[in-house]
Amino acid sequence: MNNALPTGDVEHHVDYAAAPVIEIRDLITHYAERRVLNNICLNVYPGEIMIIMGGSGSGKSTLLRHMLGLHQPTSGSIRLLGKDITRLSEKEFYALRKEMGVAFQGGALFGSMTVGENVMLPLREHTRLDENTMQIMSRMKLEVVNLAGFENLMPSELSGGMVKRAALARAVVMDPKLLFFDEPSAGLDPVSAVELDELILRLRTAMRMTIVVVTHELESAFKIADRITVLDDGEILVTDTVANVRNSDNKRIQDLLHRRPRSEEVDADEYLHRLTR
Amino acid sequence: MELTVHNKGDYTIIALSGEVDLNYSPQAREQILKSLGDKCNVLIDLSAVAYIDSSGVASLVEGFQAAKSSQLEFGLVGVSNAALRVLQLARLDKVFPIHATVEECLGSDA
Repeated sequence: MNNALPTGDVEHHVDYAAAPVIEIRDLITHYAERRVLNNICLNVYPGEIMIIMGGSGSGKSTLLRHMLGLHQPTSGSIRLLGKDITRLSEKEFYALRKEMGVAFQGGALFGSMTVGENVMLPLREHTRLDENTMQIMSRMKLEVVNLAGFENLMPSELSGGMVKRAALARAVVMDPKLLFFDEPSAGLDPVSAVELDELILRLRTAMRMTIVVVTHELESAFKIADRITVLDDGEILVTDTVANVRNSDNKRIQDLLHRRPRSEEVDADEYLHRLTR
Repeated sequence: MELTVHNKGDYTIIALSGEVDLNYSPQAREQILKSLGDKCNVLIDLSAVAYIDSSGVASLVEGFQAAKSSQLEFGLVGVSNAALRVLQLARLDKVFPIHATVEECLGSDA
């Protein structure tokens, strides 16, 4: 496995000498009998923006769900901020969740709450801050994502892009050390997508966040990534800098980058077996 | 976080240092509102702040609003780069009166 760190012109905001914020070792996961993640090893360093890419069914969403503690792996370890989440009690994981923000692809806003209430929810759940402080914090984050003045609307009254930005505001309202973002640009118009990319970069710089983004949007990935991990069939093909991934001579990586479909070589016996077993 | 308070002329100067985060910002907020409640003009010295999170910035915003309501002066001095980046993220660098030093602020105020 190639799990390279940048050499030479290292970005100053990433501390590659420090202990990884995320450390995944020998992760194996099955759904029923099917192995969906195979020997995943991955380090993400403080201040790094790590992009996880891959085609549909490559395992990238499954990997994200494992990092969020939503799935228990078959074997292997996942350390977040120094703690192996596969071994944490529910109470211990709840405490760790305060340090993590998640912006889900569909937003996952609560439809019965206003946008402002949604954004403030983590503060109410995890802190005992004064009400005024929480109100200001949530409005500041709505300002940051350009949703000022929308706090009293219901999620159903927002456009798709606005829902994504509201979800991001909620994900970062507690200034998490670790931000996970699932398909930030999907479904956005090009201008909104660029704005969101720039916002992710500013959040990292200003708030010292480590950010993991799952995406299949190449343009966005190349713009914001410090390193990219490419997954295919549940395995990591490469983890490397944008330049090295782009210049990789691995055929499957180039197929993914150039949106070429997987070659249709058929093993007749195996195909017949699949249809008749 | 460390917090020190001293007076200079008509101003109370609250110096914050280290990491102003969720654990410590309530302490900063309490001191800011107390000083304003005592009818003091307030300057927040952020020159030694290594990191300030949104709860810390929210305390500054609340202080600024409270000062305006009480017709008192409120400003930030010596804003460290780390603090400035957070203020810029929320576009608050255009909102707060920001001074390079306490002396510059008091001089311009005189």
